[in-house]
Amino acid sequence: MTLAGRAAIAGIGATEFSKDSGRSELRLAAEAVSAALADAGLTPSDVDGLVTFTMDGNAEIAVARELGIPELTFFSRVHYGGGAAAATVQQAAMAVATGVADVVVAYRAFNERSGHRFGQVSSAAAQQVNTSGVDNGFHYPMGLATPAATVAMVAQRYLHTYGATSEDFGRVAVLDRKHAATNPRAWFHGKPITLEQHQASRWVAEPLHLLDCCQESDGGVALVITSAERARDLAQPPVVVAAAAQGSGPDQYIMTSYYRDDLAALPEMGVVARQLWRQSGLERSDVDVAVLYDHFTPYVLMQLEELGFCGRGEAKDLVASGALELDGSLPLNPHGGQLGEAYIHGMNGIAEGVRQVRGTAVNQVPGARHVLVTAGTGVPTSGLILTAA
Amino acid sequence: MIDVEEAARRIAAKGESRPRLARDPVNQAMVNNWVEALGDANPVYTDPEFAASSVHGGLVAPPAMAQVWSMNGLHGQRAADDPLGAMMSILDEAGYTSVVATNSEQTYHRYLRPGEHVSSSIRLEDVTGPKRTALGEGWFVTTRTTWRVGDEVVAEMVFRVLKFSPAARRETVPDAGAVLRPVISRDTEFFWEGTRKGELRIQRWGDVLRHPPGPLPPDGDLTAEPDYVVAEGTGAVYSYLVHHHPQVPGKKLPFVVALVELAEGVRVLGELVDTDPEDVHIGLPVEVTFLRVDDELTLPAWKVRA
Repeated sequence: MTLAGRAAIAGIGATEFSKDSGRSELRLAAEAVSAALADAGLTPSDVDGLVTFTMDGNAEIAVARELGIPELTFFSRVHYGGGAAAATVQQAAMAVATGVADVVVAYRAFNERSGHRFGQVSSAAAQQVNTSGVDNGFHYPMGLATPAATVAMVAQRYLHTYGATSEDFGRVAVLDRKHAATNPRAWFHGKPITLEQHQASRWVAEPLHLLDCCQESDGGVALVITSAERARDLAQPPVVVAAAAQGSGPDQYIMTSYYRDDLAALPEMGVVARQLWRQSGLERSDVDVAVLYDHFTPYVLMQLEELGFCGRGEAKDLVASGALELDGSLPLNPHGGQLGEAYIHGMNGIAEGVRQVRGTAVNQVPGARHVLVTAGTGVPTSGLILTAA
Repeated sequence: MIDVEEAARRIAAKGESRPRLARDPVNQAMVNNWVEALGDANPVYTDPEFAASSVHGGLVAPPAMAQVWSMNGLHGQRAADDPLGAMMSILDEAGYTSVVATNSEQTYHRYLRPGEHVSSSIRLEDVTGPKRTALGEGWFVTTRTTWRVGDEVVAEMVFRVLKFSPAARRETVPDAGAVLRPVISRDTEFFWEGTRKGELRIQRWGDVLRHPPGPLPPDGDLTAEPDYVVAEGTGAVYSYLVHHHPQVPGKKLPFVVALVELAEGVRVLGELVDTDPEDVHIGLPVEVTFLRVDDELTLPAWKVRA
């Protein structure tokens, strides 16, 4: 038995993306789920499963209460921050594939700019009384206390190992912002940047400039997952989950996997990649669009290498070649990514993957059939391959 | 900018301060207390009969009490024309806020007898600096105190202090209350106990070192028991970052965090202190130092190896 092709994303929904939503996170979650159900042509009474991130502040039962979802037979959470994004779809797909649930909604909603900001020092992460708190004890008290700083440590080694430069990181930001500039839903709509602006932006955690770091956003995104069979009868053309995988690597930590032999790598994404190719039966050359998690630009380069789109240390050349432009061989983040559209913990990237397969994206890649979507990196992560039915 | 040397010349030029009469005449009660406290049993200071038969022909005060007689008392104020006070104020303003006495040489011209009333005058003799010392940069200030009875000089003292600007003491974390404290488990307790004692302890399972530590060796052997080695504390920067934003509790921006590969082969993370971020690079030789937060917590950190 395989998961490949068993489930489909039948609906997507989102709130506006802002810096101050003016309403509660639960309200955002309810709006996003409601919009996704409407998109699928379903109602709350059709839903029997809910899945979200452990980091999400909205309990499944709270969302169910607000929307009048009467009964749940499946509710689940996925851990490790943004690494959970694609895994929520995997959990939903496994639930529908095994008959545990019929219609599962995956959601993520937060006031991540106007409320608790991820870019700041998280004393809660440092002080949690569990193994992750003990892990963080070897990092946070020493001053390594923000996501940008944790990535900067790896980025520095990557630059050293492969002779890349800050400009190579910057080209990812420039590309994302170029795509966001023509996406009306993007926070940075109409605001492209140049490489010079990237280089001139202030240091956050050297070697990361401000423009290497994604924005903080308020908003919510929801995805409706049901069986591929049922999806065919719903409102939208089904977008089939050709592969869904999670991955954790050797000697894995949350953002601080600093004790492995090779620091300039993301082996957990390699674990995901191997499953995605095997499960889907697709090859790298089959991928029409890549939606890669871009909380920090260096990890986009490293993902391209882990996913096998180029060799180790060659991502800088791939980016510079123009291959990741909309008319290139591997268009990257046509919605503008999290750097350009919004940071909804990777869930807006999955929604973009769905739109690309449907052929309804604002920056549509003509004839896109296979879209690769990844989740948060530096943490145990996940990925999807979405295909047309 | 305060010109310390110019101020010193000005103060020295005023010469000796006006004689200031001691609070009390030389008296037996003070002598009794002083010899008792100092453990000086010579009866020539306390026994009238013995003293009468001595070379002094009567009671005398210990010469080393010279300064006792002219002390200002618990709530006393320096004289307005006291040149040492004036010089201290100048150096305080110039940022040399701490003081330590370095020399005191006293010369006694004769013994004092009960009932004699001494006066004291002070002259600024010399101000030398700035000098780099282990305590920090500072000035050596030398004064001469002269004690008189009437016009007769009875004792003198050359007194020298170092007035200094304390060197930045990085071993104490500035904002200790705000430091993010580690969550410590039974598996990691020994590490933090080590840092408190100035030891960088690395968990050892047989021949295998492991950091960060945990409850099992890398091969998962449930029967194995760990101990630890105290690392030599030297290594090289394996990777690093310069943190500029946002503010981190207990840290002053910008600061460097370095992942260091120890000579023993494991990597350990810590702040790299007392270094210009521009000078940091992968491969930079470093050695461990310890940042004391409080009695409970000391953080391992790095400094550039000399």
